[in-house]
Amino acid sequence: MTTHEPTTDASLSSARRSDRGDRIFSGLARAAGLTILVSLAAVFVFLLLQGLDGFHADRQYYEPSASGFLGYVLKLLFGTALAAVIAMVIAVPFAVGVALFLSHYAPRRLATPIAYVIDLLAAVPSVVFGLWGARTLAGLSQPFQAWLNHHLGWLPFFSGEVSATGRTILVAGVVLAIMVLPITTAICREVFARTPRLNEEAALALGATRWETIRYAVFPHARSGMIAGMMLGLGRALGETMAVTMVLSAGGPLMTWQIITSNNPATIASNIAARFNGEDVGIQSVLLATGLILFVFTFAVNFLARWAIARGERKFA
Amino acid sequence: MKSTSISRGRRAAAAGTLALALVGSLAACGNNDTSGSGSGNGSTGLSGTVAGGGSSAQETAQEAWRAGFGQANPDAKISYDAVGSGTGRENFISGSYKYAGTDSAMTSDELASAAKTCGGDPIQVPVFISPVDVAFNLPGVKTLNLDAATIGSIFAGDITTWNDSAIAQQNPGVKLPSTKISPVHRSDSSGTTDNFTDYLYQASNGSWKTEHSSDWPTTKGESAEGTSGVVGAIQGGEGTIGYADDSAVKDTGLGIVSLKVGSDYVAPSAEGASAGLAASELATGTPDTVMQYNINRTTTDPSTYPLFLASYEVACQSYDDKATADIVKGFLTYMISDAGQKAAAANAFSAVLPADIASKAQTIVDKIGS
Repeated sequence: MTTHEPTTDASLSSARRSDRGDRIFSGLARAAGLTILVSLAAVFVFLLLQGLDGFHADRQYYEPSASGFLGYVLKLLFGTALAAVIAMVIAVPFAVGVALFLSHYAPRRLATPIAYVIDLLAAVPSVVFGLWGARTLAGLSQPFQAWLNHHLGWLPFFSGEVSATGRTILVAGVVLAIMVLPITTAICREVFARTPRLNEEAALALGATRWETIRYAVFPHARSGMIAGMMLGLGRALGETMAVTMVLSAGGPLMTWQIITSNNPATIASNIAARFNGEDVGIQSVLLATGLILFVFTFAVNFLARWAIARGERKFA
Repeated sequence: MKSTSISRGRRAAAAGTLALALVGSLAACGNNDTSGSGSGNGSTGLSGTVAGGGSSAQETAQEAWRAGFGQANPDAKISYDAVGSGTGRENFISGSYKYAGTDSAMTSDELASAAKTCGGDPIQVPVFISPVDVAFNLPGVKTLNLDAATIGSIFAGDITTWNDSAIAQQNPGVKLPSTKISPVHRSDSSGTTDNFTDYLYQASNGSWKTEHSSDWPTTKGESAEGTSGVVGAIQGGEGTIGYADDSAVKDTGLGIVSLKVGSDYVAPSAEGASAGLAASELATGTPDTVMQYNINRTTTDPSTYPLFLASYEVACQSYDDKATADIVKGFLTYMISDAGQKAAAANAFSAVLPADIASKAQTIVDKIGS
């Protein structure tokens, strides 16, 4: 194949111009990526340096919940995970259902305003969610929680003495679910809409119902996207501070399965918010150390999920 | 042609800006009247920037004080960062704050470190008193008489229903339901918790066994974030009882407890809180310029209300910079003065400092110089 070398001045300079544009853009993109990595590393280093003393601080900072850092942070991780699991159990089915409805079932005219309203949920400040949860939702849900305690109190989740105000980790989980919903719905909706039309039409042509089409054509293609959406939502649920601090009646780091009493496990984020501006500044390094553990935990969960997906996809191929 | 008119315009603009700057700096020079009259009349015309911070209980009062002081001294820029008493004291010792507000007096270690920073003993004076209410939510009951021993038992979890005999005995004629008691406490570190636990420890005759602490010492009971969180939690449930600053509780319609003082039951009041501080002794063993009160929670005088929060202001006796020293001295003088205390009482619903305590504090503040 013969290649035509540019011989005129004009085409030489135009090649140089597009080459320069190419280099500038790739440089900018690389710089942006590096900035994000550097920022993340900077946060990690900050937590590590400031929190290092917290791993072996004076016993009084861990009491009365634990006698050392390990017990203290494990109980806090338990509370964080419990609130996040309650949130995800409620939010994920809703998010996937709403996303499917918007991408496959709803008429065009209805889908757009509904999607707009759901995205608006993400714009509500978390303080507002916290105030609403503590003042309104908790009070409204208290009779329901009392009913759960009365009739299903033999289950460990609903045992114990039910809270009089309703400000429990169950309600905190519900508030977190509402905050997680917009992110996960938006991502799932995009991913479902990108399913190759050919796959869907092939399934329909083979006689599949709408639900079977979704099961066999949409979900396999959308799996990694759905997991990405869930990971983003989980990240928000694990790290949410203000809403949980205001709604939850936390009894400090605590390990309990009871989710409708006044004595709830604190989450790492709510514990930091509650204790940081205290009388004794010595606790600040302990709190930053727990923040570091949360950072590492979120990273590990994300990594595990993506690794599981990658393995699953390799099996498929 | 074009360039000449542009450069002419630019020259005019530059000349105008220079003129304005000249006039402005002359005016600022003229305002440097540093007449610090130490008799509480307040200074005027001070200028400079001073950073301070600390107790969040003082936050509203600090806003009122900055507003009042700023009227006479519009060029004095004072900032207050409500980061909490512990961080406030730490930043004062490190030098980033020139003055700090703190709900607890400085410990001897902190006094030693502050002395190094200040190049001499620091000063510490009480500036803010606020009564703390014990509030509850029982439909139809607006007030209850309780003594410290009963309150201690309630918050320790030993008394669990409202119609318990200990409560009924002190309130004959009040219809008490058999609802469960849900005590509410602060989830965050707080001077209010510190003073409430101190009151319980001193006055409850053994039913409350833990010494004063800014962090609630037990894990049981309902916990809420901030004063407004506690009030919201009390309002949100039936049979709840908690403690919160008087300013947040009054006008909410919640029931308020009258505490037993001597043989009477006393309702919360600003005058009672002032009298309570007046009835307390100064701690010994601190430098002359450091006032620290051991609050007397077991007084028997019915004109006192023993459950209140007393907050201090700390500063150095000398600063490197004369402008800073003048502003800190003028500001603290305003805080302790009649006008300042009245402004705080109007805005933050605090209690005014008793006259003899204010004059003692003023003598100490007068020592600020450079």
